[in-house]
Amino acid sequence: MSNAMILEVEDLGVSFDGFKAIDALNFYVERNELRVVIGPNGAGKTTLLDLICGKTRATSGKIKFKNKDLTKLSEHQIVHAGVGRKFQTPSIYENLTVRQNLELSSPGGRTVLSSLFFRRTARLNDRIQEIAETIYLVDELDLSAGLLSHGQKQWLEIGMLLIQDPELLMLDEPVAGMSVPEREATAALLNRIKENRAVIVIEHDMDFVKDIGRKVTVLHQGKILAEGPMEKVQSDERVIEVYLGH
Amino acid sequence: MGDFTAQELTAIFVMQGFSGLSLFCVFLLMALGLAIIFGQMGVINMAHGEFLTLGAYITYLVSYQAAEWGATALTWYFPVAIVAAFIGTFALGYLVERFMIRYLYNRPLDTLLATWGLGLILQQVFRSIFGPREKTVTMPDWLLGSYRATDMIDIPLNGLFILVITLVLTLALFALLYRSRWGIKVRATTQNRGMANAAGINTDRVDRMTFALGCGIAGVAGAAFTTIASTGPTTGSLYIVDTFLVVVFGGAASLLGTVVSAFGIAQSQSILSFFWSGSMAKVFTLLTVVVILMLRPQGLFASKVRR
Amino acid sequence: MQRLTKAFGGTSGLIQIAVIAAILMIVLPATTEIFRLNLFGKYLTYAFVAVGLVLCWGYGGILSLGQGVFFGLGGYCMAMFLKLEASTPEATKIQTTPGIPDFMDWNQLTELPWFWEPFHSFAFTVFAVVAVPAFFAWLIGYAMFKRRVGGVYFAIITQAIAVILTILIVGQQGYTGGINGITDLRTLLGWDIRTDGAKYVLYYACCIALLLCLLAGKFIINSRFGRLLIAMRDQEDRVRFSGYDVANMKVFVFVMASVFAAIGGAFFTLQVGFMSPTFIGAVASIEMVVFCAVGGRLSVVGAACGAFIVSWAKTSLSDSFPQIWPVVMGALFIGVVMFFPRGLAGLVSDYGSKLMPGRKSRSKPSTHKPDTASRSAAGTTPQEPA
Repeated sequence: MSNAMILEVEDLGVSFDGFKAIDALNFYVERNELRVVIGPNGAGKTTLLDLICGKTRATSGKIKFKNKDLTKLSEHQIVHAGVGRKFQTPSIYENLTVRQNLELSSPGGRTVLSSLFFRRTARLNDRIQEIAETIYLVDELDLSAGLLSHGQKQWLEIGMLLIQDPELLMLDEPVAGMSVPEREATAALLNRIKENRAVIVIEHDMDFVKDIGRKVTVLHQGKILAEGPMEKVQSDERVIEVYLGH
Repeated sequence: MGDFTAQELTAIFVMQGFSGLSLFCVFLLMALGLAIIFGQMGVINMAHGEFLTLGAYITYLVSYQAAEWGATALTWYFPVAIVAAFIGTFALGYLVERFMIRYLYNRPLDTLLATWGLGLILQQVFRSIFGPREKTVTMPDWLLGSYRATDMIDIPLNGLFILVITLVLTLALFALLYRSRWGIKVRATTQNRGMANAAGINTDRVDRMTFALGCGIAGVAGAAFTTIASTGPTTGSLYIVDTFLVVVFGGAASLLGTVVSAFGIAQSQSILSFFWSGSMAKVFTLLTVVVILMLRPQGLFASKVRR
Repeated sequence: MQRLTKAFGGTSGLIQIAVIAAILMIVLPATTEIFRLNLFGKYLTYAFVAVGLVLCWGYGGILSLGQGVFFGLGGYCMAMFLKLEASTPEATKIQTTPGIPDFMDWNQLTELPWFWEPFHSFAFTVFAVVAVPAFFAWLIGYAMFKRRVGGVYFAIITQAIAVILTILIVGQQGYTGGINGITDLRTLLGWDIRTDGAKYVLYYACCIALLLCLLAGKFIINSRFGRLLIAMRDQEDRVRFSGYDVANMKVFVFVMASVFAAIGGAFFTLQVGFMSPTFIGAVASIEMVVFCAVGGRLSVVGAACGAFIVSWAKTSLSDSFPQIWPVVMGALFIGVVMFFPRGLAGLVSDYGSKLMPGRKSRSKPSTHKPDTASRSAAGTTPQEPA
């Protein structure tokens, strides 16, 4: 089983002052899979991503990524292992240009010394160009990132992850606050970048989920309520109850 | 320590402990205002010491006037002085918030620098008005003398008095912050500004009143301070670094933490200074606090929040 | 060659440094007598601290209110060497214990404390001037940044450290010279530093060291590391989750700033001829921040000029109008923070781009920082004044 799965979360738990945000959770993601995680507010979706990327430390359980236990690694080591994570509100460097944003996120030059003597290579320039095309920001490369629209900021952050070429990409509500055309463009973007990597997406927007998702996991009160194809999950009675009940 | 008898040691501890209590009062009186301004609003007010000094000078002015009016006035001027000190510093705090602090809310480090500049100006104003020499207030008769508990233990009355003021002020502040409607508004504003606004709280007004109140408390602290020491232009600034450590050590948002840490720092400084030199006692105490803060940055009392 | 220029911020950056070099090394010595030039040299030592603060505070967003500690440590290391050289057994034969510094004798010390011993060696002293402050900065930085202490907490704790060190030095008279500091320094390796000739040499040495620091500062700002500093200031978490060890980066920039300050301190001792706790304490440390803020916290050259101009103004004003100086200083500070957050350098570059509308003004990172303290809401107050 280990070989097929890129991410194995087993018996994971975390509590804040006694409140169990994630409770004995088991969660598996295959290589090259795009998984959507949905659930009502407070279900523990963002906390799950926080745990995987090391922002929050687990109280119990294991998170194995390519058979490596992530719970013992620090945040930057988890990134080096191949996990990239986008935050819910776009976090980009507003005082730098789009190009500088992408360049800073590229691997290489990650220690003090190598960043002091870092020089941009032709290959990196090509890569930045390529990413910029993918995220629809070629014309904005030399614009200060603070001037981008909200949707463009979301794309830029996705681009900053892509340039790291992570094997597992985690996106927290990538289309929140986007217009309909932007949302469609994002769905196309996700369908393109899911090649050769596993992607976990947290999303509220059901139409968007249908556009991108094959397998869906429903979280509720820190536990998995249902898992499977979208149609099956949508007709699950417990899921309907949780969503209508709120 | 072998040279002391058990009885002498006890007496030393009680007396040092009591002088520690005076230091505790000064720390706490100053820290209470800071705890509101820093703990609740996140504003670093480096001029806080100057507000204390202002309160002390106002008390001096009142006592000076009372001395002109005669013995009866001199006996009873102190309550008036406290009110005057509160009003004076409250008003100044209100103006400072209105014309300076409110433009800097999103830049805490810049607030620190700007208020330091303000403190510098105030010190110079004090120096120009009252002169560089320290001023001593004329004390009412009932504050002179001391209470002899045993042969060896002698407790000055003004020390007891400042202790009482400190306790009353602390309790009043607790009540105000945790039991009154205004306290709820302040805490709501601190925790979620946008939501507080939406709930109909005038957050601008709450900010202004909170800051002014913090300054007013510093003024009362200054009035109390005059009973145990004389006042100079830099009196307040001498304690500002210690006081910030007190507030941070206690856990910025916790009033109880502030009380406990003021007590701990003052007592250890005072008791250690009997066995070592005063400066080494202070170095040791502050260093311990700094090291503990490095290990436990959130301070003694801090609530866990899901982030 | 072009690549080299670019590493220091392009041609305009190098021109700035060349202009500064010309003013410091040709114009000033040609127009001022040595007494005044020596004072200028003293002001320049604060410029070292200001350059460090630009990196650490302006770019990295880490405000240290304890830079005086490192300035002082560098200065004291140098002063200890010079004092030992001045305390030969012949020069001190009237003392109870000849051969130890005079203040030790006054405090009834009969032998040199162990930590003074290595300062007989000049090589060790030069090493210690950099290494001692760097080690302290590393210790403080490592302990705090690994635990993610930042913002106002870092400022308060560094300030407390400045206070502690001052009390310690003042209290331990026998070992440190107490409140008077280490005075009466005479020679460096047998060369009398009190002569006019020596003052010229030291002034030029100080200028060259400062120019090298400015170049180093420019290099750091224009490297990927410099952009990372801005990134960390604005979005620390994003940097962390882009695979960087944020704490290491912060420790490095804090250590760099402290080393710059220490070099300044060592030149202070050499040029002024003594070192005392006054230059370490909380007030001195915060004044150094004023220098940097007035000159421009985002420009190494601006901050260096700020340090020079403000300390010059301080000396002349506080001599002739002692009552006015604190008010001017306070008002200057409030004014800069509230209305010109980018300081003199910001004013110059705004004015410059108005004069030359054809030249595209290079986008400077603004000083607006997202919240670092407990105040989390976006706030109802206006953003920074334009």
